[in-house]
Amino acid sequence: MRFTEEHEWLLVDGDLVVVGITEHAATQLGDVVFVELPELETAAAKGDEVVVIESVKAASDILAPLDGEIVEVNDALVDNPSLVNDDPTGEAWFFKMKVDDLSAVDAYMTEDEYKDFIGE
Amino acid sequence: MTTGLLELPLKGLHAELGGKFVPFAGYSMPVQYAAGVMAEHLWTREKAGLFDVSHMGQVRLPLDQASALEQIAPIEVEGLAEGRQRYGFLTNEAGGLVDDFMIARYADCFVIVINAARRAEDLALFEKHLAGFEVITDRALLALQGPLAESALARLLPDVATLRFMDVRRLTWQGLELWLSRSGYTGEDGFEISVPVSVCNAFARALLAMDEVAPIGLGARDSLRMEAGLPLYGNDLSETISPVEAGLSWGISKSRRLDEAKAGGYLGVGVIASHLAGEAARKRIGLVPEGRAPMRGGVPLFLSETSQTQIGEITSGGFSPSLGHPIAMALVQSDTDAHAPIWGELRGKRHPMRQVDLPFFKTSYKR
Repeated sequence: MRFTEEHEWLLVDGDLVVVGITEHAATQLGDVVFVELPELETAAAKGDEVVVIESVKAASDILAPLDGEIVEVNDALVDNPSLVNDDPTGEAWFFKMKVDDLSAVDAYMTEDEYKDFIGE
Repeated sequence: MTTGLLELPLKGLHAELGGKFVPFAGYSMPVQYAAGVMAEHLWTREKAGLFDVSHMGQVRLPLDQASALEQIAPIEVEGLAEGRQRYGFLTNEAGGLVDDFMIARYADCFVIVINAARRAEDLALFEKHLAGFEVITDRALLALQGPLAESALARLLPDVATLRFMDVRRLTWQGLELWLSRSGYTGEDGFEISVPVSVCNAFARALLAMDEVAPIGLGARDSLRMEAGLPLYGNDLSETISPVEAGLSWGISKSRRLDEAKAGGYLGVGVIASHLAGEAARKRIGLVPEGRAPMRGGVPLFLSETSQTQIGEITSGGFSPSLGHPIAMALVQSDTDAHAPIWGELRGKRHPMRQVDLPFFKTSYKR
């Protein structure tokens, strides 16, 4: 698993990249009450806002971590947004991307580097 | 660490309880504790929640200043009975709201509780119109709210059970005087308690030691007051919104209205009287978004999915933990049909909402 400075995690699954948010991010957000997922087969450029998450406190975005195409979304989050708090790095993945260059994932932080980044 | 923020007298206790601090009205305030906003909100509706609202201003006013206060607030102050509290607001020359407040009458003085964010504006108005007022600096202000608030508080102060909604009383705890009112900002039965700073820690800990009492942060305070349909200064109330537009006509005392004993005589009376007579341009309404997306303050409102004419905007909104869906309050043109669907524009997309009566959640005051 790799980590972005926007507190997303990336997991390579075959030729796809699975994206979610870290436990740290979920804790900071508080109780998640709404998730808006992108449409399937959407082309996304790195940095595009592809998901909206709202907690009881505020709204925030998830950015596409890489250039590619959204090929799968986790509809369970729409009906049950609190999954993001219950299991952020497991069941609560947000989307899967087919990316142009899988090796670009390795440019992101390792778990140890991410822990340093958030000061743990 | 110096942040330039004022600290609450109970800051150490909040930190010990896992409070997450945010800046609010110049104070560092706990927005939530370990349980989180949702759990704290639901706890308050089921049991008893303890809130630290010491950031709010407490002002002592001599009894002989009643008629002077009536010049800056369209309420009956002289006729407020000893042992009772009333809601009121300060107005400006344009008929807008300077602040809203609670005023309690004790045997020897009035005590006014004002919003922290409006302290400077309120005190400027007091300086100009009132004599002998005094800002109280040696008292914390706590609120205990929820269906079990009375039974919990009665274990420390048995007499609280005899207070009705909006009654106030001074009671002694550990040799010091507490000032209690049966009121709050959650829609629940409960109390606000002014406690000398010297014992506020011991008093809060005595309450928190009870199984049914949990600490509640600002986040849940906001969602609780929204469900109860209660406006918040800075969101739903401002210097350019009249009390009538804000849905607070009920707070203008009968004696201060047209042709009554003490009609007028307050700042902005021309505008406010015309608004009372039906000329208000805007009104505050309740909205329930049809989808799950919370619609928060600032969202522009329209009468259709395509209309280019904005009819108002959301002033407060968010997710309602008790109802399990989003809710919002808005200021819209007063001629808006009460049954018309309203569309809010969020992230470039229009979402339908229906109008509902306030409050969203039935209040349970002990009248």
